[in-house]
Amino acid sequence: MANMNMIQALNSAMDIMLGRDPSVVLMGEDIGYFGGVFRATEGLQRKYGEHRVLDTPIAEGGIVATAIGMGVNGLRPVAEIQFADYIYPGFDQICSELARIRYRSAGDFFAPVTLRTPCGGGIRGGQTHSQSPEGIFTHVSGIKVVMPSNPHDAKGLLIASIEDDDPVVFFEPKRLYNGPFDGDPGKPAVPWSTHPKGQVDEGYYTVPLGKADIVRAGAEVTVITYGTMVFVAAAAAASLELDAEIIDLRSLVPLDVDTICSSVRKTGRCVVAHEATRFSGFGAEILSIIQEECFWELEAPIQRVAGWDTPYPHAFEWEYFPGQARVAMALEAVMEPR
Amino acid sequence: MRLHLPRAPARPGEVPDFSYVQLSAAGAVPRPDVNARARDIGALSIDLVRVLEMSGEAVGPWNPHLDAAELQVGLRHMLLTRIFDDRMQRNQRGGKISFYIRSLGEEAVSVAQCMALRPGDMLFPSYRNQGLQIARGIALVDLMCQLLSNTRDMCKGRQLPVMYHSKAGNIFSISGNLATQFPQAVGWAMAAAIKGEDHLAASWIGEGSSAEADFHHALLFASVYQAPVILNVVNNQWAISTFQGYAGGEQRSFAARGPGYGIAGIRVDGNDFLAVYSVTQWAAERARTGAGPTLIELVTYRAAAHSTSDDPARYRAKDDHLHWPLGDPIVRLKQHLIRLGEWSEARHQALTAELEALVAAGWKEAVSFGTMSEGPRLDADLMFEDLFKEMPEHLRKQRELMRAERAAPSVERAESPMPASQGRS
Repeated sequence: MANMNMIQALNSAMDIMLGRDPSVVLMGEDIGYFGGVFRATEGLQRKYGEHRVLDTPIAEGGIVATAIGMGVNGLRPVAEIQFADYIYPGFDQICSELARIRYRSAGDFFAPVTLRTPCGGGIRGGQTHSQSPEGIFTHVSGIKVVMPSNPHDAKGLLIASIEDDDPVVFFEPKRLYNGPFDGDPGKPAVPWSTHPKGQVDEGYYTVPLGKADIVRAGAEVTVITYGTMVFVAAAAAASLELDAEIIDLRSLVPLDVDTICSSVRKTGRCVVAHEATRFSGFGAEILSIIQEECFWELEAPIQRVAGWDTPYPHAFEWEYFPGQARVAMALEAVMEPR
Repeated sequence: MRLHLPRAPARPGEVPDFSYVQLSAAGAVPRPDVNARARDIGALSIDLVRVLEMSGEAVGPWNPHLDAAELQVGLRHMLLTRIFDDRMQRNQRGGKISFYIRSLGEEAVSVAQCMALRPGDMLFPSYRNQGLQIARGIALVDLMCQLLSNTRDMCKGRQLPVMYHSKAGNIFSISGNLATQFPQAVGWAMAAAIKGEDHLAASWIGEGSSAEADFHHALLFASVYQAPVILNVVNNQWAISTFQGYAGGEQRSFAARGPGYGIAGIRVDGNDFLAVYSVTQWAAERARTGAGPTLIELVTYRAAAHSTSDDPARYRAKDDHLHWPLGDPIVRLKQHLIRLGEWSEARHQALTAELEALVAAGWKEAVSFGTMSEGPRLDADLMFEDLFKEMPEHLRKQRELMRAERAAPSVERAESPMPASQGRS
């Protein structure tokens, strides 16, 4: 075991997969010689060579499309899209191609592409470096969508994603790269070395896709969340002294419906929290499933916590971010007796 | 079979090597008629238009013969751009602004091109064209207030620093996404032609961004409709850590993409104020006389880091810009003016001091409208405005929720049990 932040854990996952599987290649803008703007691929080109770790032109559509071609020809490409905000030029290739190649060719062709991309706000990134577009991709049939919240899961989920024969969009909440974050920007930053999930096995292991993690078991209310909001939600519940069950989904597609529903059946109350915008957000899908599966066990209307339905404004980052106060208001609402 | 993997000419610890840059002698490239057909002037996309000798002498058919007063204005704008950049960089390092991007070494591109255009021409800049803002006469205080996201910010706090715009100055809103403005400029120019106006559009991207599909959309639409547009690729050799070879610059010049689409392509020394001015003037005349669009490649060097978030010491040779064969655009124009007897070291020093004072005074005024940490702040309600012309109901509700959230006592400081703790089942 070693102390790793999320960047180091992701680097370790790619290092291990490059070493284990000669078909794995990395590609992306600034990822080769430079090691990536967030340093996730640092040292990997030096170690595995320029034919395994490729710098690319600034063309996300081209990156996704050539990754598809490589994948169809037997490679296992892991492409970095430098910011999730920059993924849209690749959108047609993802939605119309990557997601459907297996389906339209009746299983004769497939492209095991993993798209890694940093997402989320809280880093003074303004409207073009802060978005959480995961819900756009969960709506596309044929791609898996993953978002870890800590170094241990990040490494295991990334290895599982690379090994998966289906395409995966792997979102990395960049506010969590260096440490857990409870939503209070005024507090000193906490490094991952102080957190149990910052203890990472240096060898090969996987965290299976489609399996949620019960971060904290509890009896009074279920909080379903993922990514940056895991620690924010846990802190808000703790500050209200609620015995909350905190569920980190980790993987949005496929979704661990069993873990969600058995928890809600137990507590009867539920808050769903994500950083992404609310309207047509992934939270609506969770609410809908719970309504279908657990309606008669519910004690109160389910509450949703999300980013406001605006772009992420540079000057109002913390008014925008769904921090502890917003989660606490939802928790209070869901705990109120009828 | 083996893939070709472009190599940067020099990495840290190596000697800078710019032997790959294809140069033409100053004065050597002929100046065709502005109505020449793109297919007949293909050589312009391979040669390098230069007017200023490194000695400061202006030679050849592209000399725009500007009078001394205009040259002095150009020098002033370039120097102001550089001083502004230096000061804003220091303000970022001092924690006053969150982010900054300098244009060090590329000042001639924006300043000379803006001066060669008319005020009614619409500009679609990238994030390294602050010289356009300065040459268009946008107040320094307005630029600074944007950088500060303060109460006078033209973007109302919504954009990262340097993403300016000016409706009155005919400068479009800068996007943080790359190359998106390039085909938009073509559309603007098409509209000007549809409406029968004689304003043209001009847009700028880096050579790295020319890899994006939007670059190709721009060239295609410009070619099909022969739109009155000037499309500029600022080839500053680097896209963050990635050398221009990764944008496809090794096999053919960026200007040469123009003839491939049936558009005039022209390669110019981007650090030569006179050549940049002259080439832009030529392209503008082509556009205004219906001779069609022009793709200009401005060959220059990104002397600074990509941004304040970047450290080029990790990926390129130290002080490599000092070896750049096309020199420093400010030094070159200054030498030219001195040679003409229209400038002196003493006047240069005096101008530098004057502009430094101007920037310092502007900053003092700008911070009085608030900084990120002190003074007046923008009203957070603004977050919900301007998303739609009329605010929809769901945003009104969210604005109310945000107000309630901000008025609520901090959860960490809650001393008494919350109402929620009563009546738990």
